[in-house]
Amino acid sequence: MSRQNAKNVDAKNKVSCDLFTLTYGSLVAQLIKDFDNTEEVNKQLDRMYGQGYNIGLRLVEDFLAKTNSGRCHDMKETADKIQSAFKMYLGVNPSVANWSAANDEFSLLIDSNPLAEYVELPDHLSQLKYSNVIPGVIRGALEMVQIEVQVWFVQDFLKGDATTELRIKFIRKLEDALPAGED
Amino acid sequence: MMDDILFDFLHMESVELLAQNSDNDSNELCVSRLEHIGYNTGYRFVEKATKEWQRFKDELDVMKFICKEFWSTVFKKQIDNLRTNHMGIYVLLDNRFRFITHMSNSKQYVDQMPKYLAFTCGLIRGALSNLGLNSIVTAEIVSPPSCRFQIQIQRQQ
Repeated sequence: MSRQNAKNVDAKNKVSCDLFTLTYGSLVAQLIKDFDNTEEVNKQLDRMYGQGYNIGLRLVEDFLAKTNSGRCHDMKETADKIQSAFKMYLGVNPSVANWSAANDEFSLLIDSNPLAEYVELPDHLSQLKYSNVIPGVIRGALEMVQIEVQVWFVQDFLKGDATTELRIKFIRKLEDALPAGED
Repeated sequence: MMDDILFDFLHMESVELLAQNSDNDSNELCVSRLEHIGYNTGYRFVEKATKEWQRFKDELDVMKFICKEFWSTVFKKQIDNLRTNHMGIYVLLDNRFRFITHMSNSKQYVDQMPKYLAFTCGLIRGALSNLGLNSIVTAEIVSPPSCRFQIQIQRQQ
């Protein structure tokens, strides 16, 4: 049947990408429905950050297993790894820019945020931290390789900025870190 | 390419997040919220997934699509067995349901498993609803990680 012809590999990948995006969107929508004031919803999205953190903790194992990558000696290398992880898991290629003088802080510029592909924020939710899961993932993943960072959105396409910019700041190297909740 | 593992993790964390939110409420509320998230996802997702497809012949044709293509994009495998009484009831058997394959099948965790099926029930219901079929979807664990989904089509009187 002609049905089979339409399916090429690219379309298939796009479809599984959509599934992730839509699931995330439905989850946020459900939270908005459950908690109808913006303040409470943002509190929930802060938990989404925690959710991302948990994802990151696990995702880094998968990343290390698949890429067979070694230790990073400075933040430049770390930035490279994060860049390739974005490519691997989200299919986007962010550029690394705006290094601070001390080389401990940089930005990731994302042209198209796949999470927000089908999203438009209504006026009353313009302060919604929609993609808050991503900084969480980065923080969680780096914590597992003993780097503590702070990650936040500087610019967000959803809020009307020209691009999406994530800022990542190195805090310290963790020594003999205990797993969260056991100190 | 978007990696599937990310979807697994997102699902895991969604269950966790909603279970926490529903702490004070009953377990059923958590399940119904998850089902609702699944419904919304399935409803939108199937629209994109069937973009290049011809119109389905009949109900059974739709069901075959769910068991094969739909299941393979979501879970990377097909449904192992589809049965129907030709009266609007379909039973889908998945011998290795992906969301629970990594769980221990001891008693302690089997009790937790229904929460991990709710999203998928909603996903099926949403997909069918967009394809023009109203349904009730329930799921049960046969013996982990094997699951049975029962779809009951609601026909208009």
